[in-house]
Amino acid sequence: MSTENKATVAVIDYGMGNLHSVAKALEHAADDNTQIIVTSDPAVIDAADRVLLPGVGAIRDCIAEMKKQGLVPAIQKAMAEKPFLAICVGIQSLMAHSEENGGVDCLNHFDGNALFFGNEHKDVDGTKLKVPHMGWNQVKHTMDHPLWEGIEDGARFYFVHSYYVVAGNKDEVAGTCHYGHDFCVALARDNVFAVQFHPEKSHKDGLQLYKNFIHWDGKP
Amino acid sequence: MGLAKRIIPCLDVDNGRVVKGVQFVDIRDAGDPVEVAKRYNEQGADEITFLDITASSDDRETTVHMVEAIAAEVFIPLTVGGGIRTCDDIRRMLNAGADKVGINTAAVFNPDFVREAAERFGSQCIVVAIDAKKVSAEGEADKWEIFTHGGRKPTGLDAVEWAKKMVDLGAGEILLTSMDRDGTKNGFDLGVTRAISEAVHVPVIASGGVGNLQHLVDGVIEGKADAVLAASIFHFGEHSIQEAKETMQAAGIEMRL
Repeated sequence: MSTENKATVAVIDYGMGNLHSVAKALEHAADDNTQIIVTSDPAVIDAADRVLLPGVGAIRDCIAEMKKQGLVPAIQKAMAEKPFLAICVGIQSLMAHSEENGGVDCLNHFDGNALFFGNEHKDVDGTKLKVPHMGWNQVKHTMDHPLWEGIEDGARFYFVHSYYVVAGNKDEVAGTCHYGHDFCVALARDNVFAVQFHPEKSHKDGLQLYKNFIHWDGKP
Repeated sequence: MGLAKRIIPCLDVDNGRVVKGVQFVDIRDAGDPVEVAKRYNEQGADEITFLDITASSDDRETTVHMVEAIAAEVFIPLTVGGGIRTCDDIRRMLNAGADKVGINTAAVFNPDFVREAAERFGSQCIVVAIDAKKVSAEGEADKWEIFTHGGRKPTGLDAVEWAKKMVDLGAGEILLTSMDRDGTKNGFDLGVTRAISEAVHVPVIASGGVGNLQHLVDGVIEGKADAVLAASIFHFGEHSIQEAKETMQAAGIEMRL
């Protein structure tokens, strides 16, 4: 089959490292009619049917690289018009602001901020909680969404992060998790969906989410 | 409802085969790393650790290819350790599909390497492996020291202080192996596990000495470990990962089942 007939998913590569896992997991979840393209070319992002914004590392470097490589307009255009999924630091980059690295202004697609758990994070009963929040935690669905299809409410996903999102608009929260306190791990508005966990590291439920994304028409 | 404790099967790989050394001497063959990793993935392992124990650096390329093969089929976190000495080594393993790298001896000889690695790649992918041995005599206050070269060379470094220093330099996780217990099947050294887990704010993986499923339970409840690592009890079919998880859950530990 020629590539022209295939639906494309652009994985945005802004130089923050390894996108191998994300691309492999998408390929695994995709059928023969879908092509996964890892790219830093705004024209390719523009032409893609779906766009995935990964995130690795510190927020200051992420935002700086997106800007340096001229990717911000392509990201904003994609978020305005087609199915768009952001993961891990990707969700944080879509907030208004993050308190990481002494405070960084982000892309402001979602109202709200990314805050630090703190090195003295405690559970409700006072026991010490490790930071980063690393491992498998249960995700509670707070809205019905096509990206949750086939995934049980409360299924576990793999997390590794020290900063968490506080949504400005509670109606946009699609999923929550508990670690000392409840916090937002998924945001949704129109054709944009963003998650704090790593679907590509979350075994069958993660692959299901990618499969849902590959088949999503962008309608909530 | 909250974060689950993790079970991490460890693949000690020598010359392209999974092996298990008893006290690093007697080596038993346990299969092809890619097949073993796939089996653990299907059984519900929470992560996989791949430890390259090949003595020569000639076989590093073999490791890279195996990591690639595992990462293409196993969609859970993969840590690769053994012979990680430079940022280039880290980059190569991350590009091959590793999610985290384990730094051991190189950290002892050059602690600043941990800082450099964490700054370059992020703390989330830097695991510092600590090999500790009890050096206090009976009746004395507990004291553990860092050893290198498979537990043969003492360094004079206090294990708890060293763990704190590694975290300050940017380690995102500590993989703690008791050299007294490794390969003995007598259970983790719960004292050093607890001392280090309580001293640092990052997750601690207990390793060395697992001989039965109760040892895994003890590692979490008494040792305060965030994750438990084991090899032989899984490799040779004594127990499945699923069985281990059910035992831990029955003991009141939150697990991903």
